[in-house]
Amino acid sequence: MNTSANWQRSLNIYYLEAKTEFLKAFRMPAFTIPSLLFPLMFYVFFALIFNRQGMNGQMPAYMIATYGVFGIIGPALFGFGVGVAIEKDQGWLAVKQCSPMPISAYFMARILTAMQFALLIILSLFITGALFGDVVLTTGQWAATLLVLLIGTLPFCALGLWLGLALKGQSAPAVVNLIYLPMSFLSGLWIPIELFSSVLQSFAWLLPPFHLAQLVLKIQGLDLGHPWFIHAGILTAMSLLFLLLARRSFKRISEAK
Amino acid sequence: MSIAAIIEAKKVSKSFGQFKALDRVSLQIQAGEILALLGANGAGKTTLINLLLGRMRSDSGSLSVLNYPAGHIKARKRIGTILQSAQMPGTLKVAEHIELFSSYYDQPLSLQETLEKSQLTQLKDKRFDQLSGGQKQRVFFALAICGNPEVVFLDEPTVGLDVDTRRQLWRCIRDLKDQGTAVLLTTHYLEEADMLADRIVLLSDGRITAEGSPEQIKKRLGGKIIRFKSNLTAAHLSQLTAVDDYQAKGNYHELLSQQTEATLRSLLNVCTDIQDLTISQVTLEDAFINLSEHQTHEKIEQEKSA
Repeated sequence: MNTSANWQRSLNIYYLEAKTEFLKAFRMPAFTIPSLLFPLMFYVFFALIFNRQGMNGQMPAYMIATYGVFGIIGPALFGFGVGVAIEKDQGWLAVKQCSPMPISAYFMARILTAMQFALLIILSLFITGALFGDVVLTTGQWAATLLVLLIGTLPFCALGLWLGLALKGQSAPAVVNLIYLPMSFLSGLWIPIELFSSVLQSFAWLLPPFHLAQLVLKIQGLDLGHPWFIHAGILTAMSLLFLLLARRSFKRISEAK
Repeated sequence: MSIAAIIEAKKVSKSFGQFKALDRVSLQIQAGEILALLGANGAGKTTLINLLLGRMRSDSGSLSVLNYPAGHIKARKRIGTILQSAQMPGTLKVAEHIELFSSYYDQPLSLQETLEKSQLTQLKDKRFDQLSGGQKQRVFFALAICGNPEVVFLDEPTVGLDVDTRRQLWRCIRDLKDQGTAVLLTTHYLEEADMLADRIVLLSDGRITAEGSPEQIKKRLGGKIIRFKSNLTAAHLSQLTAVDDYQAKGNYHELLSQQTEATLRSLLNVCTDIQDLTISQVTLEDAFINLSEHQTHEKIEQEKSA
C-alpha cells in the first residue's frame, strides 16, 4: 500500500473516532445539559444579576474569563474522567485495545470532543456577556480568550485521563465532582481571587484552574500581575505530571487481572 | 508439521500470587479449525485467551499468533475478538459502531457484508442500548469479524443467552469456519463445544486434561455413572461390557458407560453381592474431576516408573 493511501486511512480512523465520540457524548443529556448550561447559568447569576457593579463594573468581563475556565474544565474532566472510567469498567477499552486501533486516536477523539463542547460553552458566554453584560473587548481580545481557553482544555484532559484510568466507573462521577467544584471555587473562578485571604490565594497556586484563569484574565489586564510564562510553565508541568500518572495507571490496567 | 499453526501456545504457565491459573498448557490451532476450550469457571480459559491477545504476560512458555508474539500490532490487524462480558457505549447505533471498528483494519468487509454475516441488517439503525442480549452479542460478533480476520477469539460468546439466540450465534460462527477462519472459542457448555468444534480441549484447574474430537470427548464426558458397593475387584469390573472408565470412590465402585443398559446387564450377571446401586448422568464438573484425578494418577505412576 502506498503512503498516501496509508495516510488517508489513518486520517479516516481519527475522523471517525472523533465523530463517534462526539455523537456518543452529545446523545447523553446527562452529560450535555449540565456541561453546556451550568457555566452559562452561573455566569448569569454571579456576573449579570448579583455582582454586576463589582470590580468597578468590570465583573461581567472578568467573569467571562473565569466562567470560561470553569466551563471548559467540565467536558474535559468528565469526558475523560467519567467516560474513560466507565468504558474501562465495561471492558470496552479492553476490546479496543485488542483491535488495531491506534490508542492515540482514542485520546485524540476525546480531546477534540472536549474542545468542541468547550467551543460551544465559550461562544454562549461570549454572546451572553456581550448582549446582556455590556462586555466590550477588542476583536484580538475575544480571539485570544477563545484560543487560550481552547488550548487550556489540555491540562484538564490530562487530569481527567489520569482520574478515569485510576477510578472505578461507579465512583468516578462523585470523585470528579468532588475535585471539580472545590477546585474551581478555590481557584477563584466563582469569586475573584482578590477577595480571598492571602493563605487561600497562596493555596490557589497549587490548582491548575487558577493558572489558566490568570492567563485568560491577562488578556484583559485583570490578572494578579505575574508573568504569563510562569502560569503557562506551571500548567505544562502539571499536565506532564498528570500524563505520567495516567501512563502508570494505563500500564497497570493493561496488564490486568 | 506441514501447515504452520495459526495459534501456538507452548508450555504456558501463569500464576496470580499463590493461584496457578495455567500450568504448562500447550495447544495449536490450524487455519479453518474451530477449537473449543471447554472448562468450568476458573479453569483458566479466559487467562489463556488474555495471554494470546497480549493482555497479560505469561510467567513461562511461548505464545504466538500468526507467527507474531501475542499482542503484536501486526497480529492484531488480522484477528477479531469477543471478550467476556464487555459492554459498548449505548448511545451509538449498530452501523456507527461497525463503521468505526472497520476503519481500524487494512481490508475490512463492507458494512453490508458485516451486517449480513452477523444477522444485523434489520437492526443497523438501532442504538446499542435498545438491543436485546442476543442482539448485543451479535454486534460484538460483528466487530470481531468486520476486519475480515484470519482468526477469531470468542471468550464465552453465548453465556447468559437463551437457546434460540445461542443457536443464531452458532450459525454465524459456523459460517465463519466455512470461509476458512480459525476460531478459538471458550465455553462451559459441552453442547456448544459439541455443536461447533472440530477439536475440544478440556481445561481443568489450569491444566489440559483431555483433548480430542467432540466424539472422543463425549465418550469420556457423556454416558452415565453406575455406582454401587461390591466385593468384586477393579480388574474384574473393568472387564464388563462397554465400560469406558472405572474408578474406586471409597467403598464404592464407579463405572462410566455409554451403553448403560448393556453394562448393567453384564454387571448384574456377574455380581451377586451388589448393594446400593445408583445410576446418574455425568455432569461436566464430574467429568473434569474424574479426568483430572485420572491424569494425576497416571502422572504419579509415570513418575514412579521413571
